[in-house]
Amino acid sequence: MNNRLYGNLIFELSQPGCKAYSLPKNEFGNYELPSNLKREKDAELPECDELTVVRHYTNHSGNNFGVDNGFYPLGSCTMKYNPTINEEVAALPGFTSVHPMQPINTVQGALAVQYGLAKSLASISGLADFTVNPFAGAQGEFTGLMIIRSYHEKRGDTKRTKIIIPDSAHGTNPASAAVCGLDVVEVKSTADGLVDVEDLKPLLGDDIAGMMMTNPNTLGLFEKNIPEIAKLIHDCGGLMYYDGANLNPMLGVARPGDMGFDVMHINIHKTFSTPHGGGGPGGGPVGVRADLVEFLPKPHVLKTENGYELDAPEATAEYNLNNMHVGQFMGNFLISLRAYAYILTLGKENLKMVGPYATLNANYIKECLKDDYELPIEGICMHEFVFDGLKDKSTGVTTMDVAKRLLDYGYHAPTIYFPLLFHEAMMIEPTENESKRTLDGFIEIMHTIAREARETPQVVLDAPKNTPIGRVDDVLAATKPILNYRQSINQ
Amino acid sequence: MAKVIEGLFYAESHEYVKVEGDVAYIGITDYAQHALGNVVYVDMPEADDEFESEEGFGAVESVKAASDLNSPVSCKVIEVNEELEDQPELINQDPYANWILKVELTNKSELDNLMDAKAYEEFCAK
Repeated sequence: MNNRLYGNLIFELSQPGCKAYSLPKNEFGNYELPSNLKREKDAELPECDELTVVRHYTNHSGNNFGVDNGFYPLGSCTMKYNPTINEEVAALPGFTSVHPMQPINTVQGALAVQYGLAKSLASISGLADFTVNPFAGAQGEFTGLMIIRSYHEKRGDTKRTKIIIPDSAHGTNPASAAVCGLDVVEVKSTADGLVDVEDLKPLLGDDIAGMMMTNPNTLGLFEKNIPEIAKLIHDCGGLMYYDGANLNPMLGVARPGDMGFDVMHINIHKTFSTPHGGGGPGGGPVGVRADLVEFLPKPHVLKTENGYELDAPEATAEYNLNNMHVGQFMGNFLISLRAYAYILTLGKENLKMVGPYATLNANYIKECLKDDYELPIEGICMHEFVFDGLKDKSTGVTTMDVAKRLLDYGYHAPTIYFPLLFHEAMMIEPTENESKRTLDGFIEIMHTIAREARETPQVVLDAPKNTPIGRVDDVLAATKPILNYRQSINQ
Repeated sequence: MAKVIEGLFYAESHEYVKVEGDVAYIGITDYAQHALGNVVYVDMPEADDEFESEEGFGAVESVKAASDLNSPVSCKVIEVNEELEDQPELINQDPYANWILKVELTNKSELDNLMDAKAYEEFCAK
């Protein structure tokens, strides 16, 4: 419950002259700063006492909803539990107090983590090697595409300017490709929700740099024609890029490298249990097949007779600038460490159980709810699936309304209106962590909302009522956004 | 039920072409505005820009999604509907009255590739 006063903006709580600090007595006399270093006007910072600051932020932290609060079936985001043991390991002083520029012989343990994670990911993915340097999935995607571009350029093959992306792809795929200077060519899905191989064939040619795919795709379906697709792309000289967003159901069961993928990234905050924290810090390791290892960003950890070393650390800045791998250096080390802790905690045998449980949970929800919700593609799904809104379209209740009503019942909403293949998409991914009791609770509430939509639709249309903020005006928010606190206070 | 108007030409990507002599108006159909939901922004080209058939000429953004706009026919832009800059919601109110582009058709025979009202209605029902 948010306190009415302290739940206000920190700027609204500000009282001129109020201070939360006391400085010791000045024993050194006054020294004027040179005028060019002085502010022309005071910094407009909020002025509050310490207890007000603490109450303000503590109240706001209660408005958050995370995996630790309740069920979070946000499709394609793999909102799995972030094990506490990861945090314990990441808090060890030997890891928290290292500096990236320390002499190599003093950080052998940290380098062993980087090396071990890269090798584990390579083994899990069926690829030759990994870099753990990229800071997040999107940067990993960008790095992977730069590797594909560098590979073609090094061979003098400069015509390859196009990349093929399915219409069911995550939005980051075309975005990364565009930033990388590639033209996006869309390939359609069949009625079964898989890449249409016949639609793909006419797109192929010597201008294709590669193809980006997610498998299982965003509909939670395994791309059965993947060997044929990989052969078509390879035959025309392109490379296969695997978007690792949906790697979770395949862990230890099937490997992208074995399916014909040449380059991939992994979102470790999804598959390897690191936190999905407010935009960061993240990790987006990139793996490649053997002949592409030379294009991985530097520095790269090597294991030698004398221990762990970095290859060409002195050339890092120039190399990375030339290869546009700027800003990656050693990655978010403590995040890599959490992912490595997860892999070692589960071990090879238990990692194999992640996918089956995630798949079982998704199919259980799907089968229990398909009487009330429209299932556009029948059959067994993988770790997630998509409903096309309520089955009864006559109630006027949309997917948005169902999502809002779920908040009233203390659940996080699923991903909605994505993928774009269906108008009322509702994408549900329970992950392997949830117990049958949790799943049954969610199923019951989803049935309740469907019944409300039939009997008392206004209740659903007006939701949420139990949250700190009720139904927001999403049109006004998009057309006349309030972007800073001054605008907000003036309202 | 989405409104379909007789006499217009329709593309599979849900744009319509309304021909008046040598001039034509391009917009999105009622089915499209309904599927998109509340439109909050329309990204439009400039006068004198030229497009080939099926080439992207802009995008329409709703609270649900951003969707590319494709020109159903080859054309040269005479005028864009500037009212949509401040009132993108006009597209939801009446997508046929609130066209996006006024154009000159550069290859009139391409109209034959588009659907008539009946065919488009059947296409949407699928």
